[in-house]
Amino acid sequence: MIDALGRPQSLLLLGGTSEIALATARAWADAKPHVTLAARPGPARDDAAAALTSEGFEVDVVDFEAEDTESHPALIDRVASRRDIDVALVCFGVLGDEEEAWTDHAAAVRLARVNYTGAVSVGVCLASVVRRQGHGTIVALSSVAGERVRRSNFVYGSTKAGMDGFFLGLGEALREHGGRVLVVRPGFVHTKMTAGRPAAPLSVTADQVAEAIVKGVADGSDLVWVPGLMRGVMSGLRHVPRPLFRRLPL
Amino acid sequence: MSERRQFQGWGRTAPVMATAVTGTAGEVGDLLRSAGPRGLIARGLGRSYGDAAQNSGGEVLLPIEGQPRLVGDRVVAAAGTSLHDLIRFLLPHGRFLPVTPGTRYVSVGGAIACDVHGKSHHVTGTFGAHVDSFDLVTPDGTTRTVTAEGEPELFWATVGGMGLTGVVTSATLRTIAVESGWVDVTTDRFEDLHSLMAAMREGDDAWTYSVAWVDTLSRGRSGAGPGRSVLTRGEHAARAALDARRSGTPYPLPGDPRLGAPRGLPSGLVSPLSVRAFNELWFRKAPRHRSGELQTLATFFHPLDGVADWNRLYGPAGFVQYQLVVPDEAGDVVRDAVATLAASGHASFLAVLKRFGPANAGLLSFPMAGWTLALDLPARPGLGRLLDRLDDAVVEAGGRIYLAKDSRLRADRFAAMYPRREEFARVRDRVDPGRVLSSDLARRLDL
Ligand SMILES: Cc1cc2nc3c(=O)[nH]c(=O)nc-3n(C[C@H](O)[C@H](O)[C@H](O)COP(=O)(O)OP(=O)(O)OC[C@H]3O[C@@H](n4cnc5c(N)ncnc54)[C@H](O)[C@@H]3O)c2cc1C
Repeated sequence: MIDALGRPQSLLLLGGTSEIALATARAWADAKPHVTLAARPGPARDDAAAALTSEGFEVDVVDFEAEDTESHPALIDRVASRRDIDVALVCFGVLGDEEEAWTDHAAAVRLARVNYTGAVSVGVCLASVVRRQGHGTIVALSSVAGERVRRSNFVYGSTKAGMDGFFLGLGEALREHGGRVLVVRPGFVHTKMTAGRPAAPLSVTADQVAEAIVKGVADGSDLVWVPGLMRGVMSGLRHVPRPLFRRLPL
Repeated sequence: MSERRQFQGWGRTAPVMATAVTGTAGEVGDLLRSAGPRGLIARGLGRSYGDAAQNSGGEVLLPIEGQPRLVGDRVVAAAGTSLHDLIRFLLPHGRFLPVTPGTRYVSVGGAIACDVHGKSHHVTGTFGAHVDSFDLVTPDGTTRTVTAEGEPELFWATVGGMGLTGVVTSATLRTIAVESGWVDVTTDRFEDLHSLMAAMREGDDAWTYSVAWVDTLSRGRSGAGPGRSVLTRGEHAARAALDARRSGTPYPLPGDPRLGAPRGLPSGLVSPLSVRAFNELWFRKAPRHRSGELQTLATFFHPLDGVADWNRLYGPAGFVQYQLVVPDEAGDVVRDAVATLAASGHASFLAVLKRFGPANAGLLSFPMAGWTLALDLPARPGLGRLLDRLDDAVVEAGGRIYLAKDSRLRADRFAAMYPRREEFARVRDRVDPGRVLSSDLARRLDL
């Protein structure tokens, strides 16, 4: 159960090797939640599980491949049959190379499959768990890139725009079933995924995103920006006319 | 009848959806047998603060109603009867309940399941100590009349058992004779917790009813430590003690709340600032010493019942109540808790200190001899960690947290606080091997 102060007893991390997911689990360490790491088998997953275990978490590991949507319903049902899923983090995604992403057919399709189709797939499975349980929070890791899609990474941005819209809608739908969806829109996050790329203004760390998630879940929010300032910036950018927007160094 | 509905405890935190079901006493067996995979829990008037009377994704059985009957000095009441209605029924007969909690708006079933206590615990023990028998429907669909003599294990697992051993449909309770519906009250004011606790330790045995209100925000002035406080003690007033005005109404009946808190209030109304202001007024209003004041039962026992839905004052984020008990010699835990709160700025609008008498045989019953402190705290960031630390001190001292008020305790700490939970589990294995009876509290505490 999620307690009165918004602290979960169990976490499902879909994309269990994501730094943001792991930082979020750690941010809840005092509640000692049980963690299910759903990720592709391999050393990254082993390391993540071993690290959490050594920090005192009870950890289960399950095989998860975002593109293999056929496998999602059974997988999520299996996890939910062991214990309630109090908070599920949808935190898998690929960034890809921006120019390759729209010039290479396979790369573009893969991005769309993982980031959008995969997210919609687990979203629907989680929603049915939440409806059965009568409670539960789904945290969807979106991005400011989805708020106004830019030329510089529009394939990635468009997948995030799609998943963002889906989860905002899912939140409305689950409300009357006792569930919540929290859409998180971080700006540039310093992680493995962004390593080597020049940091954008207002960049944040995985820990800051984790902190915002913990607070958002406790407050029952639907949408948070990290940093909070990003919200103002993006709502400004959103209305910049296209010809001008094109010329901005974004 | 069944209907999907949102359920919350009195603290209005952690809302969940469940199916509300209703039925007569005779239908409870069938409802239990046909419960879905997430089981069923009985609910009274939802005055437990946390998640004891909610069952997310499952079924929640609403109160079973009926008219109380007096049989000699016993009253037979349906489990859904409120103590409010019961007191209104008993008083004209010159009778009263030996134990009543801080609100009358609790049901007989809820009072048994939480084994509630009142201001008289050091003299009368808990509510459960005055239950002659109750009718209990277990998940196999059978109804049995349970007494402490006949089936002590099941009786003491159900008293304080948080609804997890079966559904109580009715109960036979012992009552006490009262010559009037008035209480003869003595009030004393103390500058700090030390002097308050000394006075309570010395004088409480001389009074049937005793309770203290503590200002958790006062840092102490002019050499005094934290926790200035007001102690009220009382006895049922004898008929002869009533003056001319009161002897005309020897049994004034408690009424319904005259005020209501409006809906949709914002968070933050109950803040350190407003609590400080209220506490200042409250403390100043109390006399340094006054005796012989006559108060109605309603004013003395249930001051909060005057305002309906006062829990809404805490806004949408809600609040938690933290009630601890520690043995007599661990009075330091109480002083530390008050000091820690004062220092942290987490404002408790209500802080109540009481002394308990000895524990009873209830397997999960809360009271044990010593000090009990109850705090109402707005749900705010940082509170979780603070209360976790207090939990540790309580465990260390051999004390525990009250499940009827709890909404955030962790399963491992619960296990450390309630050593008889294994015995409790064995009773459940016997009467509910399939764990049909379930609640969010049970899930959270791994009960
Ligand atoms: C203002 C206020 C002051 C309070 N003061 C005190 C106090 O001084 N002392 C004290 O001890 N408590 C106090 N309480 C707590 C309160 O007494 C308990 O929470 C009480 O159990 C609430 O009764 P209810 O009918 O609302 O039960 P609910 O909150 O609806 O349910 C509580 C528990 O009882 C179980 N239950 C209810 N009906 C049945 C049934 N028919 N069969 C089996 N199980 C059942 C539920 O499953 C649940 O586990 C106070 C609460 C408030 C709001």
